[in-house]
Amino acid sequence: MDVLIVFLPLVGAILAGFLGKLLGDRGCQVVTAGLLSLAALLSVVVFFDVALGGNARTTQLFTWIDSGAFELNWALRVDTLTAVMFCVVTVVSAVVHVYSVGYMAEDRSIPRFMAYLSLFTFFMLMLVSSDNLVQMFFGWEGVGLASYLLIGFWYEKPSANAAAIKAFLVNRVGDVGFALGIAGLFLLFGAVDYDPIFRAAPGEAETVLRLFGFELHALTVICLLLFLGAMGKSAQLGLHTWLPDAMEGPTPVSALIHAATMVTAGVFMVCRLSPVFEYAPDALTVVTIVGASTAFFAATVGLTQTDIKRVIAYSTCSQLGYMFFAAGVSAYGAAMFHLMTHAFFKALLFLGAGAVIHALHHEQDMRKMGGLWRKIPVTYALMWIGTLALVGFGIPGLGIGFAGFYSKDMVLEAAYAAHSAAGGYAFWLGIAAAFMTAFYSFRLLFLTFHGPTRADHHAYEQAHEAPRVMIWPLFLLAAGAVLAGALLYGPFVGEGREAFWGGSLLALEDIIEEAHHVPFWVKALPMVVTLGGIALAWLMYLRRPELAPRMAERFRPLYLFSFHKWYFDELYDRTLVQPALRLGRGFWTTGDGRVIDGLGPDGIAATARVLARRASLLQSGYVYHYAFVMLIGVVVLVTWYLFSTL
Amino acid sequence: MSSWPLLSLVTFLPLVGAGFILAVRGEQQVVARNARYVALWTSLITFVLSLFIWFGFQPGTAQFQFVEKATWIQSFGVSYHMGVDGISMPFVLLATLLTPICVLASWKMEHRVKEYMIAFLVLETLMVGTFCALDFVVFYMFFEGVLIPMFLIIGIWGGPRRVYSAFKFFLFTLAGSILMLLAILAIYIAAETTDIPTLISQQVRLDPGLQLWLWLAFFASFAVKMPMWPVHTWLPDAHVEAPTAGSVILAGVLLKMGGYGFLRFSLPMLPDASQFFTPLVFALSVIAIVYTSLVALVQHDMKKLIAYSSVAHMGFVTVGIFTFNQQGLEGAIFQMLSHGVVSAALFLVVGVVYDRLHTREIDRYGGLAATMPRYALVFMVFMLASVGLPGTSGFIGEFLVIVGAFQVSAWVALLTASGMVLGAAYMLWLYRKTIFGALTRPDLKALVDLEPREKLVFAPLIALTLFFGVYPAPLLDIMAPSVENLIRNYELALQPGTLPNLAALPNLAALLP
Repeated sequence: MDVLIVFLPLVGAILAGFLGKLLGDRGCQVVTAGLLSLAALLSVVVFFDVALGGNARTTQLFTWIDSGAFELNWALRVDTLTAVMFCVVTVVSAVVHVYSVGYMAEDRSIPRFMAYLSLFTFFMLMLVSSDNLVQMFFGWEGVGLASYLLIGFWYEKPSANAAAIKAFLVNRVGDVGFALGIAGLFLLFGAVDYDPIFRAAPGEAETVLRLFGFELHALTVICLLLFLGAMGKSAQLGLHTWLPDAMEGPTPVSALIHAATMVTAGVFMVCRLSPVFEYAPDALTVVTIVGASTAFFAATVGLTQTDIKRVIAYSTCSQLGYMFFAAGVSAYGAAMFHLMTHAFFKALLFLGAGAVIHALHHEQDMRKMGGLWRKIPVTYALMWIGTLALVGFGIPGLGIGFAGFYSKDMVLEAAYAAHSAAGGYAFWLGIAAAFMTAFYSFRLLFLTFHGPTRADHHAYEQAHEAPRVMIWPLFLLAAGAVLAGALLYGPFVGEGREAFWGGSLLALEDIIEEAHHVPFWVKALPMVVTLGGIALAWLMYLRRPELAPRMAERFRPLYLFSFHKWYFDELYDRTLVQPALRLGRGFWTTGDGRVIDGLGPDGIAATARVLARRASLLQSGYVYHYAFVMLIGVVVLVTWYLFSTL
Repeated sequence: MSSWPLLSLVTFLPLVGAGFILAVRGEQQVVARNARYVALWTSLITFVLSLFIWFGFQPGTAQFQFVEKATWIQSFGVSYHMGVDGISMPFVLLATLLTPICVLASWKMEHRVKEYMIAFLVLETLMVGTFCALDFVVFYMFFEGVLIPMFLIIGIWGGPRRVYSAFKFFLFTLAGSILMLLAILAIYIAAETTDIPTLISQQVRLDPGLQLWLWLAFFASFAVKMPMWPVHTWLPDAHVEAPTAGSVILAGVLLKMGGYGFLRFSLPMLPDASQFFTPLVFALSVIAIVYTSLVALVQHDMKKLIAYSSVAHMGFVTVGIFTFNQQGLEGAIFQMLSHGVVSAALFLVVGVVYDRLHTREIDRYGGLAATMPRYALVFMVFMLASVGLPGTSGFIGEFLVIVGAFQVSAWVALLTASGMVLGAAYMLWLYRKTIFGALTRPDLKALVDLEPREKLVFAPLIALTLFFGVYPAPLLDIMAPSVENLIRNYELALQPGTLPNLAALPNLAALLP
């Protein structure tokens, strides 16, 4: 069954990709969406069997690489962690497949699109079911490839191409860290399979290795290298620049890859490797700080963006930060919990935004929207649900609320309960980010659906509800966004958590237990700041819309700093991209051309020509010249002979 | 089959084919057609014969197999000695596989077809011979002989600056080879044998001081062939001017002779010197990876870009070889084989559009995905393999090298791995510029997708790239015993430990008065 779940999408991708003409557009849609739905059903079955029934298992397929001790198989490891990811990935993917039938209806290359989507799902499932690091790397780079292909799906658009390449390259930077981390683990443990590494990790907790010329704590270095990979894939501060640009891809792609599944791979990796990270506390501190900083940074940028998809993209980036700092304080269950709920409500938000964009004929600028709730009431209602889930709306004392309420509060409480400097840092930045999240989410809602419309008359009149094939799947996600938190709180982070996770997560210290006993104000604070954020958004965008531009004018430097995303792109362009190109040109013309060839072959050739010309001068043609030279030669020879015999 | 002189058959059968072509007379058209068919059939039969080597090969032993030995020049103890082990055998197949592909890829060649086909068949004999030879003199003849047909292929069927490029290629390589010849003579004088198995079996132990000089002499030859920085500048020129099939052989097989040389001679015969010079090799390799990748980023010519990328990929190989551990060495060999297929295919990919538009200027292209979807797919596969995406053969080699290098030095591993990012940068950029984008030029709109002959050329290469990416075990199993043996001998030889490492030299200098 595990094999079926993983390979059904691949079959779909191959069928749609190579027999696209034969199957026709409709055929491809039916095949891929059908196979994916089947995989989703099977995943639910596996979830009950493995996560709730406790039947963790590993299916070995065949040898992949065998080079001395570096030995590994293709294998599918299904434990609770994998089962959760199976469900998240296949359910969201199935929803997106169906949704795409409507969203991409007018596209010219439907088979290609469906094939890419299925291919992505296959790689993602390989990633989450890997039994060794190299297979994870295979899935890791594979989803990167699928992401590259899908971002650049509309390949005629230069901006889409640029975004696709950027995504691949930034991820590659992270992947270098990942690859070196794997090499490091192999150096330390002589294995790349999880089980032997996890077994041996406690024994290596104190090992110091000489790396990069320093005596360093081996596991810390290795975990940091691995985390670099996670930062790339999950768009954490510093390596986040590709994610907003990735919104150039079709919206279903943004929902599936850049919100619900692929970008969470980094979080998954840290959780999967928790038995290693636990013995590298310094690395976990870094994870916490990076996560918290990202949560804060991305939220500040989200405040001022005008593209509806970019706002949600920065929100994703920010929420991923939450997941990371949860993992950083060893609350892996909370991180996975938030990952799961986030998948539902963020996919819902993206697909809802897609419905808005669809209604307005591919208009993404919120400044050209407004007043749409009358035109598309169903989408409007769904967006409300998504937004409330994202801001974590609920009643703290009673414990009733949307999915995000349970998971986000759990994350924040865990950060508080960690009682460490990094935990405190994460908690307060997380609270600040929660405030901003509420603000930008409701700003989005108000700008899009409320107030007088700013869309042009024609577009507004034409705006229409999306076809049923796009709306129905959203109800499934909406159900998840409402209920997932309440239903799964118990097994993920509540009483049943130990039985639920089995051996798939390891935390040396039970932070989640402590998180249940934090003071009431810690539990209530997120809701308070959220209400504040909502109120501020209401004031600035509904009550007194003239306030927003005035504020922007008043705090212009801050506004620009946020609007230009803290100038990361400009910084990288000036410090990395341009110098690399200049160096390349310099190496080429000066290094290769003037120095190596100039001194080497061309120089020698030129010298030879000069010498030859000089030599040719000697050949004057007069006999006495030659005779004279011969005489000199004889004299020299005789002298040398005399001297040498002396 | 085992009683047959299989290696000699595979080696010299192409020469027989060349003889046939030579005998063909008649009208130019007829001659050309016959030459093509004879070349194709000869190379195909050779390939089939070489498959017997693959299937008859006993894995699990480091011994030389299919050995043939006959006395040749008795007074000097030179014998005609052939044989393959797990390191050389795959290269023989690489050569026999690429030759028919080259013939097929040159089907439309009109200029002096007869001589062209002869040149390729002769080239095949020499390539196979190089990898099979187990006597220094025989090896040197094959190794050097390769220069001549290649020189002619570039010089006669090349582009506008073909003469400059051909001479540059020839002189660079020859300069290195002469030093190697001297080294071979020196070894003969010191060890009184030219038999390679004897020399690498540690029965003969050369004086470490002499080793240093010999190593440098060999290095001169192999570094040029690889090519390593800074003696790589002949390669872009040669590639740009060479006809497509010439580039295929050059990148696919000829570059591997340098790496093979390191594995066959430098490491086992000169272990002390190899260890001594390891830092130098690492430095040059890492520079090659970063430097040429950056240069590749700014190229305007498709072939030049791929040529520079080859230099970077060969940097991985030299890093891997000098890690002296299982992963590094196997990674290096695998990388060479994979690169042999992938870069060859990339040059063929360029050849496809060059045949149609007669330009390799990257800016002239764009938006080919719309008119040539199949071509776009083929290009994509090889582009990704070149980038080293897991699941393609390019990944296995690169990754093993990185794993191997990390055990030696984290810095070397880091800088080597930086090639992963830069490599992705220039390949994706090339792909975007040619395949993606809007289709605007009228002549591009009229392009036709791959024809059946071209599909036939690419099909085996795609199959190999993907198969060995997912299931590299057959190749790794074949090379493992030989590589283990190599490492064991190397470590045995270093036991007495007479030479310090180059990196330790400053300390040594401090000890001197």
